[in-house]
Amino acid sequence: MIFKILFRNAFRHKLRTFLTVCGMAVAILSFGLLRTVIDAWYIGVEASSETRLVTRNSISLIFRLPLAYRDTIRRVDGVEIVSYGNWFGGYYIDRKDFFANFAVEPKSYLELYPEYVIPDDQKVKFTSDRKGCLVGKKLADRFGWSVGDTVTLTGTIFPGKWDFILRGIYEGRTKNIDETLFFFHWNYLNESIKKIQSTSVDHVGFYIIGIENPYIAAETSEAIDKFFKNSLAETLTETEKAFQLGFVAMSEAIIKAIQLISLVIIFIILIVVANTMGMSVRERIGEYAVLKTLGFRARQITMLIMGESMVITIIGGITGIILTFPAAMGFSLAVGQFFPVFNITGETLYLDMAVTVTVGLLAGIFPAYRAVTVRIAEGLRRIG
Amino acid sequence: MRNEELILSINNVFKSYHRGSQIVRVLENISLELERGAFLALMGPSGSGKSTLLNLIAGLDYVDQGTIEIDGVDITTLSETDLARWRSVNVGFIFQFYNLIPVLTAFENVELPLLLTSLSKRERQKHVSAALSVVNMEDRVDHYPNQLSGGQQQRVAIARAIVTDPTILVADEPTGDLDRISAENVLDLMDRLNRDLGKTIIMVTHDPSAGKRAHSMEHLDKGVLNHDL
Repeated sequence: MIFKILFRNAFRHKLRTFLTVCGMAVAILSFGLLRTVIDAWYIGVEASSETRLVTRNSISLIFRLPLAYRDTIRRVDGVEIVSYGNWFGGYYIDRKDFFANFAVEPKSYLELYPEYVIPDDQKVKFTSDRKGCLVGKKLADRFGWSVGDTVTLTGTIFPGKWDFILRGIYEGRTKNIDETLFFFHWNYLNESIKKIQSTSVDHVGFYIIGIENPYIAAETSEAIDKFFKNSLAETLTETEKAFQLGFVAMSEAIIKAIQLISLVIIFIILIVVANTMGMSVRERIGEYAVLKTLGFRARQITMLIMGESMVITIIGGITGIILTFPAAMGFSLAVGQFFPVFNITGETLYLDMAVTVTVGLLAGIFPAYRAVTVRIAEGLRRIG
Repeated sequence: MRNEELILSINNVFKSYHRGSQIVRVLENISLELERGAFLALMGPSGSGKSTLLNLIAGLDYVDQGTIEIDGVDITTLSETDLARWRSVNVGFIFQFYNLIPVLTAFENVELPLLLTSLSKRERQKHVSAALSVVNMEDRVDHYPNQLSGGQQQRVAIARAIVTDPTILVADEPTGDLDRISAENVLDLMDRLNRDLGKTIIMVTHDPSAGKRAHSMEHLDKGVLNHDL
């Protein structure tokens, strides 16, 4: 019966409840989307491996390192695989058709990234064709590329038109793997730039290093950097996670702003729901006085009001959560090039639910307190 | 030794309210005794303190001074929670404006006080049906309050008041919002509850014709009981 009363009370003012539920749904939808945007920002960090280190020029990422460092790094204790690459910075047809593209040493690179799933025949063809390229499935779908197609990129750092044969399309082993990357042979780049940028020849932008286990990451990084101390190109080695976090840190202000906005949204909806509950309880204060007269105690009155608040917020919250999925899909299609992985995580859904329950509870506290503490005689006077 | 026939004993009760910085004395040195099965009308002009006295008897408010003993229990010593529990068992309320819960049917409204008991659903249904048949409302069980006339609503409210078989029934202007015929029906019903079921009733009214239906009358004027009238 208590549940019957609270459910019926929740829908007594249909328009008011409908608008509050809509507000709650929009708030949870917005909160979920903003959380997903933040998650998308951190996706590189999430996908990073604890057994991979990144070595770059200690001054800045734009300064390169000699290829000769490779053999020295290999000799460091705990190092298992060394790969390397360059940021290429090319675009396809038009500048707006931008995506991340790297020149890498293919065999060692793919060995370090088992999360890129490639059919065996395509893998063989990619690694053996100097002009071959490997792209993620989302990128291939975006431009309608198929294996065997010729793809021409226009270089920005390395000027000119660069032709590649698409030899393979990879898919991520898990949902958080970026499927919008473009890889080609570092040797192709290195040989091609001999005439145009001779100073860049035999230089790499970064080394990716596979280590035995995560526990030796700190000492291995230190050992690598120690080798090149006081050289012309000193190195900075860090875990892949720290490297990715460095990129995220560049956008920290934006991320903080998004987090703040998502909190403001929740605060606004809390006020809206609390106002709805406040109005409802104020209108029904006489009824609560009647219930108290009949012997209903503070706990039962509180349950009625909190329950009503929870009914409204949970309906709104669930609606918001359901709507977040199509909204995220639309958002991903619209801004997919900026957020290659835009998945709603389980954590976001749990947060949505936690916010829903918290708003429901907080919004009901003050109206419930008012209903419980009002004197029965005073409450009864409000009737008639 | 306690008089077994005495159901209500009010001794030297004082009650005042704060209105801003002013203290308004509402009841002064009220003493009253009532025997089991009595039907008392508390009469007096507006502001005389009769509703306040009824609220104190019903355990809705606390006295400033004095004691109120009902069926051997001094309710002025009970905590708020104990008082709520005591009310749910011992007092049936009939209000001027019926005070039915609009989202519940007649049946559900009458069932409401029984939710606080340990009765099973089947037992509750039995009690509710019996109470509704006493007030001749068994054919309106599924009606919501807004689908009932004032007189019908008051009968449902009376069924709600008697469903727990309380020690006393308190009625605050039970006919105040009704037309003459409906008021007569309600008073007939209360008379029947008192006569046939032996219910002790305390009714507040300022209507002399309603007051005459009671077996005894007490007059309140400016917070003082006037036994001589």
